[in-house]
Formats: sequence, C-alpha cells, structure tokens
Amino acid sequence: MSALDTGRSGDTQPAGVALAGDYWRPEGRPDPLGEKGRSGIGAPLSRVDGADKVTGGARFAGEFRFDGMLYAALVYSTIANGRIFGIDTRDAESLDGVALVMTHQNAPRLNTPPVFLRAPNGAAGDDHPIMQTDRVHWNGQPVALVLAETQEQADAAAESIRVDYAAEPAMTDFAIAKTQARQPDNLLGGPAEIRVGDADSALAAAAYRVDATYTTPRHNHNAIEPHALTLAWVNEPEGEGETLRIHDASQCVDLAVASLAEVFGIDISRIHITSPFVGGGFGGKTLWQHQILAAAAAKLAGRPVRLALSREGVYRVVGGRACTEQRVALGADDRGRLQALIHSGVAAMTRHNNLPEPFFQATKCLYAADHIRLSIDVADMHMLANTFMRAPGESVGTFALESALDELADQLGMDPLELRARNEPERDPTSGLAFSSRHLLEAARAGAERFGWSERSATPGGRHDGEWQIGMGCATATYPYMRMPGAVATITLTPDGATVGIAAHEMGMGTATVQTQVAAARLGLPVEKIAFRYGDSQLAGSVLAGGSQQTAAIGGAVIAAQRALVTELLSLVDEHSPLSGLSPDEIECRDAGLGAIGDGSRFESYRQILASAGRSELCVEASAAESQELGNWSMHSFGTIFCEAGVNAVTGEVRIRRLLGSFDCGRILNAKTAASQFRGGMIMGLGMALMEETLFDARSGRVMNPSLADYHVPVQMDVPEIEVMWTDIPDPHTPMGAHGVGEIGITGVGAAVANAVYNACGKRVRDLPITLDKLL
Amino acid sequence: MNAFDYHQAADGTQAIEQAVRCQQAKYLGGGTNLVDLMRETVERPQTLIDVTRLSRDITDTDGGGLIIGAAVTNAALAGDARVRRRYPLLARAILSGASAQIRNMATVGGNLLQRTRCAYFYDTATRCNKREPGAGCDALEGFHRYHAIFGTSSSCIATHPSDMAVALVALDARVHLRGPAGDRQLAITELHREPGERPDLETELQPEELIVAVELPPLAMAVHSQYRKVRDRASYAFALVSVASMVELDGDTIADTRLALGGVGTKPWRAWQAEAALRGQPATAATLAAAVDAELAAARPLPGNTFKVELARRLMIAELSQRLSDARNGGDA
Ligand SMILES: Cc1cc2nc3c(=O)[nH]c(=O)nc-3n(C[C@H](O)[C@H](O)[C@H](O)COP(=O)(O)OP(=O)(O)OC[C@H]3O[C@@H](n4cnc5c(N)ncnc54)[C@H](O)[C@@H]3O)c2cc1C
Ligand code: SF4
Repeated sequence: MSALDTGRSGDTQPAGVALAGDYWRPEGRPDPLGEKGRSGIGAPLSRVDGADKVTGGARFAGEFRFDGMLYAALVYSTIANGRIFGIDTRDAESLDGVALVMTHQNAPRLNTPPVFLRAPNGAAGDDHPIMQTDRVHWNGQPVALVLAETQEQADAAAESIRVDYAAEPAMTDFAIAKTQARQPDNLLGGPAEIRVGDADSALAAAAYRVDATYTTPRHNHNAIEPHALTLAWVNEPEGEGETLRIHDASQCVDLAVASLAEVFGIDISRIHITSPFVGGGFGGKTLWQHQILAAAAAKLAGRPVRLALSREGVYRVVGGRACTEQRVALGADDRGRLQALIHSGVAAMTRHNNLPEPFFQATKCLYAADHIRLSIDVADMHMLANTFMRAPGESVGTFALESALDELADQLGMDPLELRARNEPERDPTSGLAFSSRHLLEAARAGAERFGWSERSATPGGRHDGEWQIGMGCATATYPYMRMPGAVATITLTPDGATVGIAAHEMGMGTATVQTQVAAARLGLPVEKIAFRYGDSQLAGSVLAGGSQQTAAIGGAVIAAQRALVTELLSLVDEHSPLSGLSPDEIECRDAGLGAIGDGSRFESYRQILASAGRSELCVEASAAESQELGNWSMHSFGTIFCEAGVNAVTGEVRIRRLLGSFDCGRILNAKTAASQFRGGMIMGLGMALMEETLFDARSGRVMNPSLADYHVPVQMDVPEIEVMWTDIPDPHTPMGAHGVGEIGITGVGAAVANAVYNACGKRVRDLPITLDKLL
Repeated sequence: MNAFDYHQAADGTQAIEQAVRCQQAKYLGGGTNLVDLMRETVERPQTLIDVTRLSRDITDTDGGGLIIGAAVTNAALAGDARVRRRYPLLARAILSGASAQIRNMATVGGNLLQRTRCAYFYDTATRCNKREPGAGCDALEGFHRYHAIFGTSSSCIATHPSDMAVALVALDARVHLRGPAGDRQLAITELHREPGERPDLETELQPEELIVAVELPPLAMAVHSQYRKVRDRASYAFALVSVASMVELDGDTIADTRLALGGVGTKPWRAWQAEAALRGQPATAATLAAAVDAELAAARPLPGNTFKVELARRLMIAELSQRLSDARNGGDA
C-alpha cells in the first residue's frame, strides 16, 4: 500500500483536537481530525480484536449457549409457487430427541415484518407472512422447523418430513419475466428514471456510437460465517414479563429489534440483540425468516434455541444480488466528448421487496454528458427476495458503463484513461450539485504511473507470453458517501480513560479498531485508554452497517458527543481552573485533558477536572447532526482499477496477473484496515468478473449450486498481488474528512477485467462471468 | 443424514465378512465423497465399514511397476518419489484435484469410486435417473456445463469426476478386487460402465466386492507423461476438460501413445480412436488433427457443453504437440 501523499511531517503536528464545527454547511469549518499530519489518524494500527479472533476468544452468534437449549433445523420448499397440500410430520415427531415440529399449522400468530427500505423500522427482506399459511412463494422457503436436543437429531427429523405441494404456475424464467417488466415506483427512495436533455436524439446524431447490452447473473451471499443465532425468551424477575434475548450475526441490531417487536407484537424494550462479532455481512446479515422462526419456535417450545443455517440454508433463505440486463449507449464527438449517455435495463425482483438492483447509480455522477437518460425496470419473479450485496448497483452497473466506455475509446482510437479525463464533469451531471471532494483524475494518473499503464498495447492482441495473450484494462470505481440519520453516541469519561458506546457493528471491517483510533485522537487519549462498545441494541442510537456509511455515521455522533463532553467538563471547573472562562469552541482535547487552543499554559487533565468536581465519571450522550451535507454537495468516492490479464490462446482460461486500485476516498483513517477493505472488495470483484454465478434453474426457480464447492469464488491461486493506493485528500464536509471504504473496491473491477481481456485477445465479453467458453 | 452403524475392518477379508453380514453396508474410505452424499441424503447406508486400514503400502513389482494399496491416500500417492519419477502424470492428476485437505483424507479406492458431481444428482428435490432409476434426468435440459459429451445416453449425461482415474486409465492400470467369491483383477478401463439405461449401475463391481489395490504396469514412455486440466478457476474445481498424454517416437513416427480425457466422459475416457489413428503414423500436425477428429466424431454435446468439443480438440492437439516436441528433445518436459 502507499499513499499518494502521506503529508505526515512530525513538526507540523497539531497539538490537540478542537471541537468539530459545522462541516455540513457550505461555509462550515472542516472537522479538524481530517487535517493532514494528525497523529494516530491513518496509522496502520492492528486490529484491536485480532488476537481474540485468531485464538478463538471471539465468540460468534452460533457459539453462545443457554441452559436447556434446543437445536433447530429447517425444511425448505421445493416448489416456487403454490400451496402446501399435506405435510407429514409423524416420523419426525417420533424420533429421539425431537421437542417440536413447527409448521404453518401450529406456528404462533406472527405479524408480517416491516420491509427494509419500505418501512422506517424495516429490516426484513420481504413482506411474506412467515409460516402463517399454506402458501409457498419461492423455491427454498422454510415450510417446517424442527427443534431437537442435538443438531444431528434435528437434521435427521427435518429430513424425514414429507411435504406434498399443489404447485401453481411460477414465473421463474428471467427471459420471460423481463418481457413483462415494469417501472418501480422508486429506486432507493429516488426516481427510477432520470432524464437530462434528450439523450435518444443526441445518440442518433452522434458521430461515434456504442450501443450494447451487458448482462450480469445472480449472486449469492457467502460470508465466511453462515447466518446463525442463539436466543431465549427470558422471564424477568418480579413479574416483569418476558424478554427476547438474541445473540445474532447482524449488521443492523436496532432495525432488527424494531422489526421483531412488530412481528411479535411486543415493545422494543422487550428485545435485546447483541452481535459482538460478525463473520462478514456484505448486506446479507439483516433480518430473514430464520431469526423470526427461531424465536417463534423457542416461544412454542418454551426453551432456548440455536439456529445455525447450513451453507445451503443461506442460499435458500437469505437473498442475494439480482440478475440484470443493461443497455449502455454512448454517443460522442470526434474528440471523445460524450453527447449522449443512456443506461437503462431490467433487473429481477419480486413484488414483495423493494430493491431494484440500482445499476445506474454510478452513472448519475461519473461523466459530463450533454444528454443523459437513466432508467430501470424490474421483472417480477417467484424467487427469494433479492437484497443488498456489496456495492449494490455500482458493482454490476460499472461493469456495463465502464465496458462501454472502453468500447468507445477503442472506436475513437483513444486511450481509455484519456477518454475518461475528457469527460470529467465540473459539477454532478444529474443533480447539478458541486462535488464535495473529487480527485478522480489525480487518483487515475497516480495509479497509471504506478501500474505502468503506458506499457499497454493500443491494439488488442499485441502482447504474448507463450500461450498467454496479455492485455491491460482500466475502469473507474465509484461509490457514494452517505451518512444516515439516527446515530447517537455516548462517552463515559473516567480518570482512567473513556468508553465510547454506539449501536454500530463490527463485521470484520475493522470498525472497532478504527473508531478506537479516532476516539483516541479526538479525546487526546492514547488508544489503550479507549474502549469502544458496539453491536448491542441497548446502546444508544441506531447505525446501519451498510452503504459504506458506518464510519461517517459514527464519526458524526462522536463529534456531537465530544462537544457535549467538553461542555459538561467546562461546567464542572471552578474559577481557579486554568480553563475558567473558556467556551467550548476555545478548547481542544489534548494530552488526556482539555487545553486552550493556542495557549499551552492553560490546561487541565480529565483526571484533575473530575477529581476537583468530586466525580468518578462523567457520561454524555449526543446525536449526530443532520446529514445536511448530502443536500449541499454531490458526495462520492472515486478510484481507478487497473488490471493486467492473461488469456490462454489454447484454452480461453483467464488469469489475472496484476491488479491495482488507486482510490480517492477522503482521509484514510487506518492504512491497514482500509487496505484490507479495498483488497477484499477487489477480490470480490474478481469473483464477479470471472466466476461468481448462482445457477437458478429457470424451470423450477431452484438454486442448483448452493455450496462453496459449486458456487465458485476466487481461491488463492486466482488472486494475484493486489496493490492499493489512495489520494488521502480529506473531504472538508465529512466527519474526519473520511469516506467509507467498504464497497468501492468491488466497483470497476468487472469492467477492468473485461477490458483487459479485450486488450489481450480482442474478444469483448458483455456477459458475466467471463468464463473460458466465451473466449474460445 | 440417517443414523448408521460403524465398523472398522482390520483387512480386506474382514471388511467383506462384515459387509456380507450387514444390511445395506457401504465401504468407507476417507469419506470425502460418501459422507457428503449422506449429508444430502443421496446415500443412506445402514452400516459403514471403514476400510482405511487396508493396505497403505506402495510396493514395487518385479517388472518395474507399482502396486498401490487401496487405502493409500491421494496425498501419499502423489508424493511418492517412484510415482513422480516413473508416472509423473499420475502425481499431476492427483494434485490438480480437490484441495490439500481432501487429498490428505481421500483414498485410492474411494477416489476411483467417487460419484458424479451432477447438481441434480445431489439435490433430492429434482429428478435424476442415477439416484432414482426411471425418474427422469433434469440435467438434460438444465445445467450441464460440467456434463459429458462422450458415453452419454438419453438417461444420463453425468461425468465421472475423478482426475486420478483419468491418469490410471491412460496407464492401463489394473484393479485388484476381493469379494465373497474370491479375488480377481480387472483392467481399469473395464471398471466403470457407461450409463445406458441404468445410470445407477456405475461399475462392474459385484455386491460387497472391494478394491484392495491398483497395479501400475511398467511403461517406459510414462516417464514423460503429462496431465493438463482446464477448469473454471485456478484451483479447487473439477475439470471442464483434462488431458492425460504420452508418446513414444521412433524417428519421425509415433511408435506408441496413450491419451485419456477427463471432464468429458461418463467414465474416465480413454481416447482409443485417437490412439489408433496416431500409432505408426508420421508425427505431423495433420496426423494429430486427424486423430483428434477421429475421437471427437463420437462426441454428443448439448447446448450447455458444446464448447467442450472445441476445447477438447485444442487441448489434445496442444498436449500431443508438446509431448512430441518433448520426445524429440530427449523427453525433457
Ligand atoms: C469440494 C471437493 C472438490 C473436489 N475436487 C476434485 C477434483 O478436482 N478432482 C477429483 O478428482 N476429485 C475431486 N474431489 C473428489 C475427491 O477426490 C473424492 O471425494 C475422493 O477421492 C474420494 O475418496 P474417499 O476415500 O474420501 O472416498 P469415500 O468418500 O470414502 O468413498 C467414495 C466411494 O468409494 C467407495 N469405496 C471407498 N473405498 C473403497 C474400496 N476400497 N473398495 C470399494 N469401494 C470403496 C465408498 O463406498 C464410496 O461409495 C473433490 C471433492 C470435494 C469434496
Ligand atoms: S445427468 Fe445423470 S446424474 Fe445428472 S440428473 Fe441426469 S441422470 Fe442424474
């Protein structure tokens, strides 16, 4: 890894951290933590939980126990639409150790869960009733649940259940469904169609045109930790009623509580979810039927339950990325300037969820075309509801858009990087807003230099190494900056340090580490003196680990809490204190205490302040400021992916030889964890480019490769040395000057690979994954 | 998975006694295939007879061949210095399969008798003649990218997935069997059956018959043999097409050759037609092309695996050409 400009020079280091002002306002003051040269920020601190994880000390949701716990197994439907005609559970009930067989005939009454992105408290993937009727809505829907004393007994009993179905016609063939596609009423809350000018006429009139269709298959979530939970309905003492206590693998503990409360018709105070460690989320660890069924069965059986989905189970009940068919049409003049940009198409969806795979998201902000038309239609299918998966929209959308750009560059005989540079917009081309921070061209140039882009052969098929044809390709990466409302942080200060608490999540990204680092810098404490608490629904506020927004959301809340803390501390000091008479904005946190900005002599340590006031601790809570920055600017992360691919002339095999990502993601907070996020995303991008594909049988709507043996993701040998670098230029309008880094890595990779393959052998593959049969 | 009894056999004879005594018994090697199939409820044996205590020895035969005990692990076989020197394609084939962990568990007997990876065979919610004779075959009009183009029938198009078996077929290995009726030997090319009307019957083994060893005959040209496997990712994937090959030159004439294919046959595919068209012919590109065409004439691809015909053609030609040039250069690969 390397920073384009580390900007770190010891002498200029600011001493303390003043309170962050109004970074979200046009004339506002940037968060001082974003400034260059801050000690601690950006340092490659190793994971605070690393040792626990590698020694098995970290407990995951399926590793907790309750006394008297039962194990659950699910039976999944084998039709895509219809009714359960008969269900024979007698064998199962007679088996040793079986405590309960639950079907729609005896499941407790459950309300339909609120759906993610449709209801404000929605965490559920779809709005189907859960085991309440005999209806089947997708192939793989849970139709029975067994509880037994051991997992093996539960599994054996589940296998012995016989279900008869009355199947009804099902729409399981995308080729047919897409002919009946409809426009959804919204796309992530925004319009499903965007028009600037008249793109169709401009395209028709353009001197140079690319007009092509790109297709991407379904993808499934394959976090290393399959979904699991351990739960109990706990009787509170003194007739206080029951509490539902859940150890879950979750990236949204608060939304899950709110949704479950609605399902069970109880108050949110009656549900407590913790999720201290999550083995990967990527958008899949929200609320699906298994959690609800486990809680319902535990209630019915009157005993605690552990439910751990098998890998197949994850494919049956947890949604994945929908397949898409996208058209990208570009019209340009002879100098490569875009006159028309059309990005439209169809994505599979269901009538029971609300996530049209938003493939044109990236196209909204990337290029300065005179005329733009973006639209999405959805094809309703009988399938498990699709959902978010790392960079929903941008990952598959940039494959189409950035491939098309490469095709246009080829037509124009122009370097693809140059073509992109010629279309770099001044302002956001669809919203008209100014960019808060856009340094894409700098990142692209630095990446090109490091990668040796000038070695690229201008014509395809120009380089060989034995049987291997070698090519280079590039593509733009982008992902929006977001900061969702609802984040609240608490800070508890004691003479020994501070505990920061926020209902956020650690799914392996490094959140706990980075936020410890940030809090330490902000409060002027060493990292060892900071405890960061997260992953608990009883902590203040609500932060979704999604949309690459967690870092900013937490940052915003901690900024507010720092102000509250400093204000409280100042109210504790008396007239003899060196801080007496100072207002919070004249204060900075430094050296484990508060000091006057610009006056080294006026200082009092936290310990002294607390001691003089006779306090053993001080606790503050504050909500993040509203995300007004999002209304004031177009806010995005950017990057350029460079790929060198070999295509075997005999077999069509593709091997990636080198991969480099050069990113512009604001201030990088931890060089080590950020590099891992970028690399991990890029590896997932390689999977998408070359092998990932859910085999969805168009006749039955059944996923035919629900295992890691048959659903291919890259293995070590598929992954070359990956280099990542970044501009490290802070965004003046975000907490810490930072952007999220979790998702951008996967964007652009599909096209960079496809473009490199084209450059290697002259074959343009517009259909992912790029398997060897498409190159023979 | 159903509940089952488990016995460990001290040797082959005892294993057979146990198998004859028990109902619905299956022999258990490393379990890397059988246990998976039991988890999927595709296999439901009442009894497992663990045969991993059968011979784990690799011994020299008088003529310069090797006898490999049925319980030798895939990893041990691939690592054996004699195998690597005399039969390098075998080591290559094994190492190109599965993962290190699986190869450490898997046995020679189990590898030969592993069952197809057809997704419909694994999923009891679908129709499969191999699982349930007469039920139908969902692969014919479904996903069959990994399926066979040789030896198929209208009942079944599933490939035999083993890499090791392809190498053994090329080497004319012999399988040593022991059953209730005594010992016998079989050419490995005779071990597996094509599906025909009965895809559930996969081998010529009699009930309770056990593989006790595999014998490799001496074969001088095998010193320069090779195995090349093409698949959907760099490692840990089954073959789309693989080629086991070796040639012996007499001047400019192909004196002898062995050619076998993986990923394309309902059984490990010995390319008899191609071999016949190569033997005694001049070592020219035209000979290779004609021989490969002769083999591919029997291919019966389906829409999802038509590419295998072209891939197999290219791979056979590339490999044979390489073997010829190796042989001309004194055999150094
Ligand atoms: C994820 C995955 C990937 C794989 N990839 C590959 C690959 O790329 N290439 C490849 O070739 N293989 C691959 N394999 C398959 C692997 O090679 C086989 O699972 C293994 O060789 C089977 O050996 P085993 O000893 O574990 O057999 P078992 O599972 O124990 O047995 C398999 C069968 O053989 C029978 N059996 C075992 N021993 C004897 C005996 N002595 N006599 C008679 N019958 C016997 C059993 O009854 C059973 O029917 C893969 C497997 C997995 C799980
Ligand atoms: S190809 Fe063979 S194994 Fe596969 S479904 Fe058809 S009959 Fe079954």
